[in-house]
Amino acid sequence: MNRYPLWKYLLIAATLILGIIYTLPNLFGETPAVQVSTNRQAIVINDQTEARVASALQAANIATDGMFIVDNSLKVRFKDAETQLKARDVIENTLGEGYITALNLLADSPEWMAKIKANPMFLGLDLRGGVHFTMQVDMDAAMHKTFERYSGDIRRELRRQQIRTGTIRQTGNSLIVPFQDSADLQKALPELRRFFPEATFTPEGNNLTLSLSQDVINKVREDSVKQNINTLHNRVNELGVAEPVIQQAGADRIVVQLPGVQDTAKAKDIIGRTATLEVRMVSDDPAQVQAALAGNVPAGYELLYSAGEHPQPTLVSTQVELTGDNINDAQPSFDEMNAPAVSINLDSTGGNIFADLTARNVGKRMAMVLIDQGKAEVVTAPVIRSAITGGRVQISGSMSSAEANDTSLLLRAGSLAAPMQIVEERTIGPSLGQENIEKGFNSTLWGFAAVALFMVVYYRVFGLFSVVALSANLLFLIAILSALQATLTLPGIAALALTLGMAIDSNVLINERIREELRAGVPPQTAINLGYQHAWATIVDSNITSLIAGIALLIFGSGPVRGFAVVHCLGILTSMYSSVVVSRALANLWYGRRRQLKKISIGSVWKPETATAGKE
Amino acid sequence: MEFFKIKRDIPFMSYGKLTTFISLITFIAAVFFLTTKGLNYSVEFTGGTVMEVQYEQGVDVNTVRNNLDSLNIGDVQVQALGTNRHIMIRLPNKEGATSAQLSNDVMNILKQNHADVSLRQVEFIGPQVGEELVTNGLLALGMVIAGIIIYLSVRFEWRFAVAAIIANMHDVVIIIGCFALFQWEFSLTVLAGVLAVLGYSVNESVVVFDRIRENFRKPTMRNKTVPQVIDNAITATMSRTIITHGSTEAMVLSMLIFGGAALHGFSLALTIGIVFGIYSSVLVASPLLLMFGLNRDNLAKPQKKKEEAVV
Repeated sequence: MNRYPLWKYLLIAATLILGIIYTLPNLFGETPAVQVSTNRQAIVINDQTEARVASALQAANIATDGMFIVDNSLKVRFKDAETQLKARDVIENTLGEGYITALNLLADSPEWMAKIKANPMFLGLDLRGGVHFTMQVDMDAAMHKTFERYSGDIRRELRRQQIRTGTIRQTGNSLIVPFQDSADLQKALPELRRFFPEATFTPEGNNLTLSLSQDVINKVREDSVKQNINTLHNRVNELGVAEPVIQQAGADRIVVQLPGVQDTAKAKDIIGRTATLEVRMVSDDPAQVQAALAGNVPAGYELLYSAGEHPQPTLVSTQVELTGDNINDAQPSFDEMNAPAVSINLDSTGGNIFADLTARNVGKRMAMVLIDQGKAEVVTAPVIRSAITGGRVQISGSMSSAEANDTSLLLRAGSLAAPMQIVEERTIGPSLGQENIEKGFNSTLWGFAAVALFMVVYYRVFGLFSVVALSANLLFLIAILSALQATLTLPGIAALALTLGMAIDSNVLINERIREELRAGVPPQTAINLGYQHAWATIVDSNITSLIAGIALLIFGSGPVRGFAVVHCLGILTSMYSSVVVSRALANLWYGRRRQLKKISIGSVWKPETATAGKE
Repeated sequence: MEFFKIKRDIPFMSYGKLTTFISLITFIAAVFFLTTKGLNYSVEFTGGTVMEVQYEQGVDVNTVRNNLDSLNIGDVQVQALGTNRHIMIRLPNKEGATSAQLSNDVMNILKQNHADVSLRQVEFIGPQVGEELVTNGLLALGMVIAGIIIYLSVRFEWRFAVAAIIANMHDVVIIIGCFALFQWEFSLTVLAGVLAVLGYSVNESVVVFDRIRENFRKPTMRNKTVPQVIDNAITATMSRTIITHGSTEAMVLSMLIFGGAALHGFSLALTIGIVFGIYSSVLVASPLLLMFGLNRDNLAKPQKKKEEAVV
């Protein structure tokens, strides 16, 4: 009765072997490496790049431990961190602009393991140090911006049709376009409907109301998060971080993780920037300026100041003519007065709008408004001397060359669809990360040792089966986490330890049941069989209730709680398999074949001499 | 080796009134401390900035505090973590998103006075995030409770479900009560620990319940009263209860001792949870079953008798 068919043993052996293969990569450790990648589409990383890097390193007398190209990035291994640092400088200088050179750690596991996707677990920031940001995308601002774009487009379209309108107002989630009379409105309506098929136009008197369906609004929101993620990617690339994590978290949040980043100030500076550039027209009407300075800003305008020690006020229209979305490239440069400037290259749409704008407004001033961290400032407000065509623009003003550099970097990295705020930020030092690994590992080790020792002393051979099952459980769990490429965090290690502590429960249940059967005078073979059979229902019930708790944590938890929950849930599943199937296989292998089994080693089975307790 | 040589079933149920009374007292005490003292929420819930810095040589906490007064950001708490080489600094949230820069300012000030200071970790959490965590925490708690009740109602009977949940909420409240009484920091990982205890502790009750159900269906138990059946179930699983708790506790204590500051709150919550879990699953859940009027007919329905013949 205690025999498994061959296929079951083979299945167990196969799972164990798979478990070992996928656990192994974690034991090999990591070597320092330099990773070269690029975020320009014009640049490809190929053998030529590899050759350049190799010869430069050779010239600098730096030995490598090999290099290879994966996913359009070149990775070079070095024997220690010191060489790695030197090599990074050399590589950076050799390749120059357009390449991102980052420090990295590469797994030491053999190549065939990487080929079958047996990679080590990814360590969370709390275990290796780095910076974590959670950014909140300002959705109201995103909607506001969308409506501003609509009102700009509507104005342009109506101008083309030569229909005059009043100021377009935004109220809540709609735009109101006032017409001079209903004839104009009726004339404009079909054109507008054709032009903006996604919007709904409702005429009412001389006013036309534009509103957006929930679908369109949702799309705007989704797109703004997506664009912000893209922008963040570009900005992070400027930092040269090896394996950044930039992903959406919830409807309007973005998580950015930069492993190994030490210069948090710089990281924050670049990530935290919410700069967008806007081109708007300036009002130099003296009456309006006077009123504005007196605190009575005319409708449709706002008073903005320039940066620097002596902020100058400028009365700027709230209508945005052009945004940073249309910027292709931005580089620091110098203007004809040899003052620092930023040269901007616009895309074709931007170029057209800009040409149109400058042609219409010769003699007037336009302002370059930089919106950074929710604060708008006028970078420069030059007078338009002639129409600027071709999409090449230079902005200059009272800026230092460092500022010109920063501004161009921001513009180059793309603009944000909506401003973001850092709502959560964590920095974990590398020494603390190392300490966390050690402590987590030690606590698991000692706990495991204590439990294993007790089990063997208390249950003898069956205790040994339990310990082997428990080890198998640990093996499966680490293998699955590695195969899933889950991120191991400190709470994850805690869950690992706790799961092991709880996993032994199933074995205790089984062993106690077997003892109970023996106590009742059942022959050993039957006792083993009944023990496993009776314990099964209890094991399922108790594990499923734990699993319910784990799943709830997985759904509602965030950050450390989720890290805990993932390991906990997987651990419950693997422990059910290993404690029942693996330990049963061992028991069957050991005892199952003996027909005349008199005694099994499961510690002492005490029998009351008087009437058997509870079994009368 | 055998720990428990129990000759006769221990009459747990005759102590039912006493044990229920004791747990009622501890429960009320826990609620009392929760309401009067409240929880010492970590920065994850309250929002704000927490920094941990390390000095090569020890430093005077008061000096650090005085140095930071120059920041003028209100209530700054400075606290030594064990030794005076590890210092924890808590900063309140300030209007505007300047908090991200705050840690840099603090480090600059600290560096001016002691060049050997290094940053170990910084956590900044906006006020909104904290609110969400509370909502999500409560939702998780609600979902765990609902999930367990539904599962146990299906697998057992509603009396078991309700008794288990009450008994285990009792554990959770007592853990939280301990955190309130001693003003230990209640962080997200502690919350994870508390919820894990809920799952774990129900697990305990389920093992006893399983045995009660089994006993009701046993022919040998037919002439026993309900309390006797429960007593027998508890006694029979006693050994396993102690060993399992012992092994889990061994793991958790190992975390408490070797896990360092980061795992401290988590393992502390679990340590308390396991101690009370063993008690509540046996001495709270089962008397509750009786109180709800459990009887043989609830479980051993006529059609189930056929199954017994097979076993």
